[in-house]
Amino acid sequence: MPNTHSPSLTMGPVYYLWDGPKWRDFHFRVADEAAFDRVVIGETVCSKRQHFIEPHLAEVVERLEAAGKTVILSTMALVTLERESRQIRDLIEGSDHLIEANDLSALGLLNGKPHAVGPLVNVYNAPTARLLHSRGAGRICLPPELPFASVRRIAADGPDVAFEVFAFGRIPLAISARCAHARSKGKIKDNCLFVCGEEPDGLPVRTLDGQSFLVLNGVQTVSHTCQTLLGELADLTACGITSFRLSPQDCDMVAIAALYRSVLDGALAPDEAIERLRHIYPAAPLSNGFHHAKVGAAWVTRARDTANSAAL
Amino acid sequence: MELICPAGTPAAFREAVDAGADAVYCGFRDETNARNFPGLNFSREELREAVGYARSRGTQTFVALNTFMRAGDEEIWYRAAADAVALGVDALILADFGLMAHVAEIYPAQRLHVSVQASASNVDAINFLVEAFNAKRVVLPRTLTIADIARIAPKIRCEIEVFVFGGLCVMAEGRCSLSSYATGLSPNMNGVCSPASHVHYRKEADALVSELGDYTINRFSSGEAAGYPTLCKGRFDVGDTRGYAFEDPVSLDVMGELDALTAAGVCALKIEGRQRGKAYVSEVVKTLKEALSANPQRRAALLSRLKGLSEGQKTTSGAYNKRWR
Repeated sequence: MPNTHSPSLTMGPVYYLWDGPKWRDFHFRVADEAAFDRVVIGETVCSKRQHFIEPHLAEVVERLEAAGKTVILSTMALVTLERESRQIRDLIEGSDHLIEANDLSALGLLNGKPHAVGPLVNVYNAPTARLLHSRGAGRICLPPELPFASVRRIAADGPDVAFEVFAFGRIPLAISARCAHARSKGKIKDNCLFVCGEEPDGLPVRTLDGQSFLVLNGVQTVSHTCQTLLGELADLTACGITSFRLSPQDCDMVAIAALYRSVLDGALAPDEAIERLRHIYPAAPLSNGFHHAKVGAAWVTRARDTANSAAL
Repeated sequence: MELICPAGTPAAFREAVDAGADAVYCGFRDETNARNFPGLNFSREELREAVGYARSRGTQTFVALNTFMRAGDEEIWYRAAADAVALGVDALILADFGLMAHVAEIYPAQRLHVSVQASASNVDAINFLVEAFNAKRVVLPRTLTIADIARIAPKIRCEIEVFVFGGLCVMAEGRCSLSSYATGLSPNMNGVCSPASHVHYRKEADALVSELGDYTINRFSSGEAAGYPTLCKGRFDVGDTRGYAFEDPVSLDVMGELDALTAAGVCALKIEGRQRGKAYVSEVVKTLKEALSANPQRRAALLSRLKGLSEGQKTTSGAYNKRWR
């Protein structure tokens, strides 16, 4: 077990559409084997997908809690339909679990109740963090776009909440009312037939010159690169970040969590961890450009502190 | 129905007022607003003159402070709010909660509008901002259908403004980091999207290639009109499909749905385009103003006149129509 003074690890919600049994078994394994302290679950990207995981939610929550992990329930990132609003209201009224807000409606409804704020809410400065804290936010995962200078400043000036940083995973870059994923397969959102489920790690978008660039995940667009803050953990911890979010990709997340745990515990050098990570998740080149106030896709190697464009 | 018109320069501001705008929106010449482009926007003195000019003709002035405050530099945004309030602007258009909280606390009498960049897309979200910051109006994100707007309107306690004409964000506004992923500069943090400073055009044998940062955004064969490489309007390969993966190079025109928008409870129509020249602003404002009071037949004729002014000369009703999704 991690000691209480060491930063903790949070597993973010699975952003992709995995079929129910895959989603369940993935979380069972995380419960049984992974070094996460808390796990955020629940459909976050597209409300049409809800029924895939719903039959398995209760057993996944039970398994995670039996393993000593804190369960946080995620809300939808983009809420436009009455059905979606109702889902969030029901979730907030009916749940004993901590809830993570990913849009303004959840923030509004959670006023006065202890809650968490997800990385899809725009927290760019300490006054915003203070405002959210005054309304009940006890945990805030900062937006992946934030440079270290901002993270440090928010942690220094901000309220007494647990600040978290998005330290692993393809970066959620945008969300739309339109489903580009369905559109690429000749469909629209309303008759999509859940074609996004065909790509459990997202559907690559390449430039006309064959450069890997973005990845479609239903109505969400994520980066082709995998944001990897391993060399930056020490700086982030020193400035007051108390937990790190690893966002599930279709890879061995138990092994990924073990790498981060080892680096946080000082048992593994960041450079060695980075090399191992490349083997565990070879599908995406690594990036940390946002953290270093560069192009988001860039990979900044600490040793020489020079920005190299991510492998294209 | 109010017509809310863009002004990137004092000259465009006067044109918009003269053309019949009910309100003109603009921003300061810095990163506090989402059209932070070289050569655009207003000094304090220019804004003072603009507000006076507008007021003398019964036109309102709205000031957009619709980027997110950079941590540690909040004073830049606070100063902008203080100056705009002191100049007597009719509304501040805000996106950042921290800034909303500041304005609501320090200037409780100042009218506060929720920027489209805040992404308040449903009843609970809007009512949160009304209750927490006394917001008087929300500019709805371009993610809603007209039916959605009609459903929302009676349940919220503020006015509704919607974009009807001009550039179209495909992504939920204020929640998009595509630009900074490719260039390091984003709408939220820097007030720019797909900035010109990172645009390159490369000539190939029989084509013109447009690039943003290190990425190819489009390739135009000779004779094809080469559009600006806005990231989400580029051509890409997705699986075996080559094309406009997110959106065609189109702009928004939903004026044809004027009656439906009115019936839905919309009280103000917004024209995008602070980066546009004064001739464009004048023409669009004049035409749309006339269209508001014209009969349907005359309106159609007026609106068709605007087609030539639209990006790529193609338009869409965007998310206002369910099929767009």
